[in-house]
Amino acid sequence: MKIDFKIRKHLPAFELESTIQADTGAVVLWGASGAGKTLTLNCLAGFTRPDSGRILVGDDLFYDGATGVHIPPRLRRCGYIFQHHALFPHMTVLENLTFAARAAGKPSRQKLRDLLDAFELTELTHRKPAQLSGGQQQRAALARALMIEPRMLLLDEPTQGLDARLKRAFFELLRQTRQRTDALIVLVTHDLDECFEIGEYICLLESGKIIQAGLKNAVFAKPASVAVARSLGIYNVIPAEIEFLDPGRNLSRLRMLGTSWNGPYFPGHLLGDKGFATFRETSVKLSRDIKDTALSVLALQPYSRGVRLEWEGGLASVISESEARELRPGSSVRLQIEPADIGFLSK
Amino acid sequence: MSSPAPIDWFPLFLSLRVAALATLAVFIFGTAVAYLLSHKTFRGKAFVESVITLPLVLPPTVLGYYLLVLLARDSLPGTIYEKIFGQPLVFTWQAAVLAALIHSGPLYIRAARGVLEAVDYRLEWAAHSLGASEWRTFFQITLPLAWRGLSSLASLSFARSLGDFGITMMVAGNIPGRTQTLSVAIYDAVESGNGALARTLVLAVSALAVLLLWLSGSLTRYARVGGIQ
Repeated sequence: MKIDFKIRKHLPAFELESTIQADTGAVVLWGASGAGKTLTLNCLAGFTRPDSGRILVGDDLFYDGATGVHIPPRLRRCGYIFQHHALFPHMTVLENLTFAARAAGKPSRQKLRDLLDAFELTELTHRKPAQLSGGQQQRAALARALMIEPRMLLLDEPTQGLDARLKRAFFELLRQTRQRTDALIVLVTHDLDECFEIGEYICLLESGKIIQAGLKNAVFAKPASVAVARSLGIYNVIPAEIEFLDPGRNLSRLRMLGTSWNGPYFPGHLLGDKGFATFRETSVKLSRDIKDTALSVLALQPYSRGVRLEWEGGLASVISESEARELRPGSSVRLQIEPADIGFLSK
Repeated sequence: MSSPAPIDWFPLFLSLRVAALATLAVFIFGTAVAYLLSHKTFRGKAFVESVITLPLVLPPTVLGYYLLVLLARDSLPGTIYEKIFGQPLVFTWQAAVLAALIHSGPLYIRAARGVLEAVDYRLEWAAHSLGASEWRTFFQITLPLAWRGLSSLASLSFARSLGDFGITMMVAGNIPGRTQTLSVAIYDAVESGNGALARTLVLAVSALAVLLLWLSGSLTRYARVGGIQ
């Protein structure tokens, strides 16, 4: 679905300037807390009225500052999944779903039965939210949102506070959900896994501004600024200088960490440019090739998916436990950086 | 020595009737006002808030005086009331209801506002985003979740309505058998040296108050105000 979202909102101590222009099934708003993600989501849902701008979802105009159009939340058909699900505590699961159906003016017994069945809630219809587990509450909240045949599904950090197993289960659930609806998914998160798993189009927010937006692979392959690379937290950002450029063979040489490294051609940069090389921590590989540079390991940090190595010069890499077995702090090891993975940023 | 005069229970029944009607009115209108104050922003909100709080700080005689002027037979509201009900409002038991309302309304509204604000706004947002109108959201989400808190306040309000003296005295007067409420009757009994009557009525009021406070307390104890989880 097409979304054209461009708004400004001024708050006493915060200025939001947010733009999402995409044609996609799932948008992720990623950023640290206080970046303006939830405020953006609330503008989309209609709970917060922007100061100026325009919100167009599909063919529906939700807000237009110039003409004063502001469609109230109840007419926007947004399935808003709140952080703690916001199931009505005084109603049973069934009552929660029928409330939604009546409120939206779409009562359908067939749909109700379908959703209860699809989300494994049939046995739980007469329970109140307090008698449900976290995962069951999540299923009930999603089913309730789908009762209104939403135009959009807005998710505010849905897996925050869930353990890894429940997080997996949620991603699976969302995949099933997406098969049942063509609603645009807008997800707010600062969890990279969630971002990778669900996002197609990604907007990175920092202190009220979009610092980079684009398709997931493009954003993660080449962060647009040093700030983006640092805030994602999975990149090396190493001072470097371009020594050699060859557009014909798509080659370059970069001087960093005291030696010379192969890289791809960097369009728009010149020989002698100083800046930063960026590459994923997982793009750094141990090497046995005598021609490769050796650096010494400063520290080894066991980590959920392997071992994180810190090298001299501020370099970091993630390798598997078996590879790390023979390494000790102080070991000098040859390494390689996949040339195609290296990006170059002037600032 | 004459045998003690039988206790006249009229003031007690009148007071209960007055308090019940006043509480009903406070519950309906007070909740509406508290909802507006807790959920809306509008021009002159601060002014409305101070006018509502005013009865808490003004002496009852001053409030009574205002009411007398406002409801006098030649005033506009007084004339309208007389047209509709065929009798003047001042110095009737209905005026005592109004007095009790003014006495207990402000406290109710202040506290009810807190109760309504404590209902998790995300539940109301969820209802709106599902397509519910504000009315539907109020009656099916906000009110049920605030119900215990509000009924606890209503029983406090009832207790406070029973206790009004000053305003009632000014606008309803002290007509035995017609407008004499409990607290006025006690004053009257003490003034006229009828110690037995005063003692009985004082005990009755105290017992009622204790009962109502207990009721209010037990309602709040189990009140779960609209929290998620």
